[in-house]
Amino acid sequence: MKHATAGTLESNDCLVTVEAADQLEIQIDSTVKDVFGEAIEKVILDVLKKSHIKKIKVSIQDKGALDYTIRARLLTALHRMEEKND
Amino acid sequence: MNLIKNTLNRQIPEGYTPFQGANNLIKTNERKIIDEVIIGGGNKPVESDIASVFDKLDIKDGMTLSFHHHLRNGDAVLNLVLMEIKKRKLKHITLAPSAIFPVHEPMVPLIKNQSITKIYTNYINGPVAKAIEEGHLKELLVMDTHGGRARAIESGELTIDVAFIATPAVDHAGHGNGIEGPSQCGTLGYAIPDLLYAKHKVLVTDHIVDRVKKVDIDGRYVDMILHIPSIGDPEGIKSGTTKPTRDPIQLKIAKNTARLIEELGLIKPHFNFQCGAGGTSLAVAEALKQRMTANKIKGDFASGGITSFLVDMHEKGLFEKLYDVQCFDLEAIKSYQRNKHHLMISASEYGNPYAKPIVNDLDVVVLGATEIDLDFNVNVTTDSFGHLIGGSGGHADTAFGAKVTIITTNLMKSRLSMVKSSVKTITTPGESVDILVTERGIAINPKRQDLINKLKDSKLEITTIDELMKRAHHITGEPKMIPSSDKIIGLIRYRDGSIIDSLYQL
Amino acid sequence: MTRSLLFIPANTPAMIQNADIFEADAIIFDLEDAIHPLEKDAARILLKEYFKTNPHLNIDVIIRINDVSSPYFLSDIKHIMKWPVQGIMLPKASIASVEELDQLLSKYEKRKKNHEPLWIIPIIEQARSLFEVHTIASHVRVKALLLGGEDLATDLEVERTQDGEEILLARQLVIYAAKAYGKEAIDTPFTHVDNAEGLISDAKHAKRLGMTGKACIHPIQIDTINELFSPTQEQIDYAKKIVLAEEQASGKGAFSVDGKMIDKPIIMRAKKLLEKVTK
Repeated sequence: MKHATAGTLESNDCLVTVEAADQLEIQIDSTVKDVFGEAIEKVILDVLKKSHIKKIKVSIQDKGALDYTIRARLLTALHRMEEKND
Repeated sequence: MNLIKNTLNRQIPEGYTPFQGANNLIKTNERKIIDEVIIGGGNKPVESDIASVFDKLDIKDGMTLSFHHHLRNGDAVLNLVLMEIKKRKLKHITLAPSAIFPVHEPMVPLIKNQSITKIYTNYINGPVAKAIEEGHLKELLVMDTHGGRARAIESGELTIDVAFIATPAVDHAGHGNGIEGPSQCGTLGYAIPDLLYAKHKVLVTDHIVDRVKKVDIDGRYVDMILHIPSIGDPEGIKSGTTKPTRDPIQLKIAKNTARLIEELGLIKPHFNFQCGAGGTSLAVAEALKQRMTANKIKGDFASGGITSFLVDMHEKGLFEKLYDVQCFDLEAIKSYQRNKHHLMISASEYGNPYAKPIVNDLDVVVLGATEIDLDFNVNVTTDSFGHLIGGSGGHADTAFGAKVTIITTNLMKSRLSMVKSSVKTITTPGESVDILVTERGIAINPKRQDLINKLKDSKLEITTIDELMKRAHHITGEPKMIPSSDKIIGLIRYRDGSIIDSLYQL
Repeated sequence: MTRSLLFIPANTPAMIQNADIFEADAIIFDLEDAIHPLEKDAARILLKEYFKTNPHLNIDVIIRINDVSSPYFLSDIKHIMKWPVQGIMLPKASIASVEELDQLLSKYEKRKKNHEPLWIIPIIEQARSLFEVHTIASHVRVKALLLGGEDLATDLEVERTQDGEEILLARQLVIYAAKAYGKEAIDTPFTHVDNAEGLISDAKHAKRLGMTGKACIHPIQIDTINELFSPTQEQIDYAKKIVLAEEQASGKGAFSVDGKMIDKPIIMRAKKLLEKVTK
């Protein structure tokens, strides 16, 4: 199964896992889910859109990461998944 | 439940007196004091098991039992009484412990089965807090300040049937103190109102001597002594103080707080100070100590919960007296034993608004917060999600009394801004709060033009509280407001017994 | 005036988030030793996104890249050229590696036209580089030299000690080379974070020898470093006195201040000091 991870579970970071999939699936587990859950989803969708990815499974375990950290970890995971194909 | 609003625009249940301002105390409670309950002199009966105490005092359904929290998370006395309540299947008991800690977990099943239906306390966290916030307590939880609890007891509003007073050392006349014995805890300030005004008083001890060295508990008020193998775990008792923080953000906050106090011209001879026992507060005390030493300033007193840091400052001649309502660690206990200007004060002398309390003589108090809002209202009772994690303790008392009240907190914790448009629960009203110090700036309450003027040439990063919230949101993103549920499960009382806010079920 | 420079691991969001408020004069985001080989990509992308959100930090930003012989060097530079940073810290610096980095940077900067030339802060951490430090310091891109005491001790195959006798010559050579060309001399970090007394004594020693600043590996060291490497109020007042006296004595030749004859070197030192303070 094609997948890759990036990030950590330390404070203000997040662990992002991406997996090849037949559809778009986003799973968010966050210490601030009630307050920033929507914002986190928006960041993920934004990155996927800019990367032209429509079908993928993204899981994130978030410990209060800021938007740019979530973006960075997701981009890194996507990049790593791609590299595995080369 | 019908609701009304108080002057802070918070909803409270109808039928209770709403908060009307820190300077606008309920007049009907103007120092009303009931008669002290004096038992008399002579030797006191010594019981060796809790069952005899319950029998002899005829403890039954519906009674109110009280406890102090000087043994903190090492306490074994409250749990002993709970076991007996459980054994006898008593119902509708009201508990009035001055604080509740994780060690008191055995209370949870008794709350759930309604053996215990009402609780009055000043500070609560752990499993009991969780059970209450989930709505298991039948009646409303009542949270007072330390000064407010003393007021409630001495005015007769909170009537105590039996006070179980954990006392580390006791003699046969019923005199006691907290400085001798294996479970020593230092001063016993929170126990005094219970000792004076409860209908019945039981000293619970693990150390009986012929004659106590110091009489902090006067035997004339005592009905009987319960002598058990151990009243608590010394490790749990002595570990109230943390170390000064090493977190660079909190250190920056502490450094700027000390600088601020200096720039306000507050560090001068005869100055009076109080701070908490947390990491940031201790770092502030450390920084103040350096300045006072360098400028050879001697303060009059430091007060509150006494820590080894304050003891050190006292012994170095930086504070002439220590007014101690609670000892947080072994150094504080030892200092109380040997330093003649380390004095115990009762909860009433400490913070009762009707009693000319010590807090009114404070120049500066440095306190924490879980949240603060744009009106400078402070929450130390719940976290941002509404979990019950503490309570006023002396927060609202000292904030009112001190000439300058400074709140220190990180601006952001794990993506959450600590500055909110509105706090989840108001513990201390904004009118008592003067300055907020964070790592990204300092905000002064606009009501304090005098302080704003004093600091106009300061090189410290001084801004408005609105600006601080903006800065935080710029970094974290706009937070979504989490609404509270509709069900009120508790009342936050101000020092005079008026209701400053409600607690909602999670 | 770069008194303090704080190393921040480039893959730790919690620290990056607070980079701007630690009160160091400069921040060094570390892509080298602080980052595991398998996380080099994550660190670069994290910094890239951080800079996109924070293009205007009010503090000097330096990136410690991987050395020129590493597989990450070219990638590091490619990314850095798009970031709002002021300088690059080059590990295992030598005349050759400084030249190589300079050429690569010039190539990129020519393309971008408006790009403010990036500084290079070479890390002198190998025995052989002490024989090249004079030439390294003379390079136009070099703003400061950093002494890498830990790696140097390893290269010398000696124990790294608190009093630093083993790196004394290295410190002095770095200082002389820096001074010869008007560059800053940054001392190696004090690695015993819990030893506040040790930090003070190490920093005082470095300052006495002529270092102009010191690297920090923990924010708790910053205040001490800033204080020790700042001119004292006394020194500032004295410098102001000298400059004022020079203005008043203009044309009249030699003059004295507080009973001491003031000649040109003293005037120059006073002016330099005041320049640094007002920055």
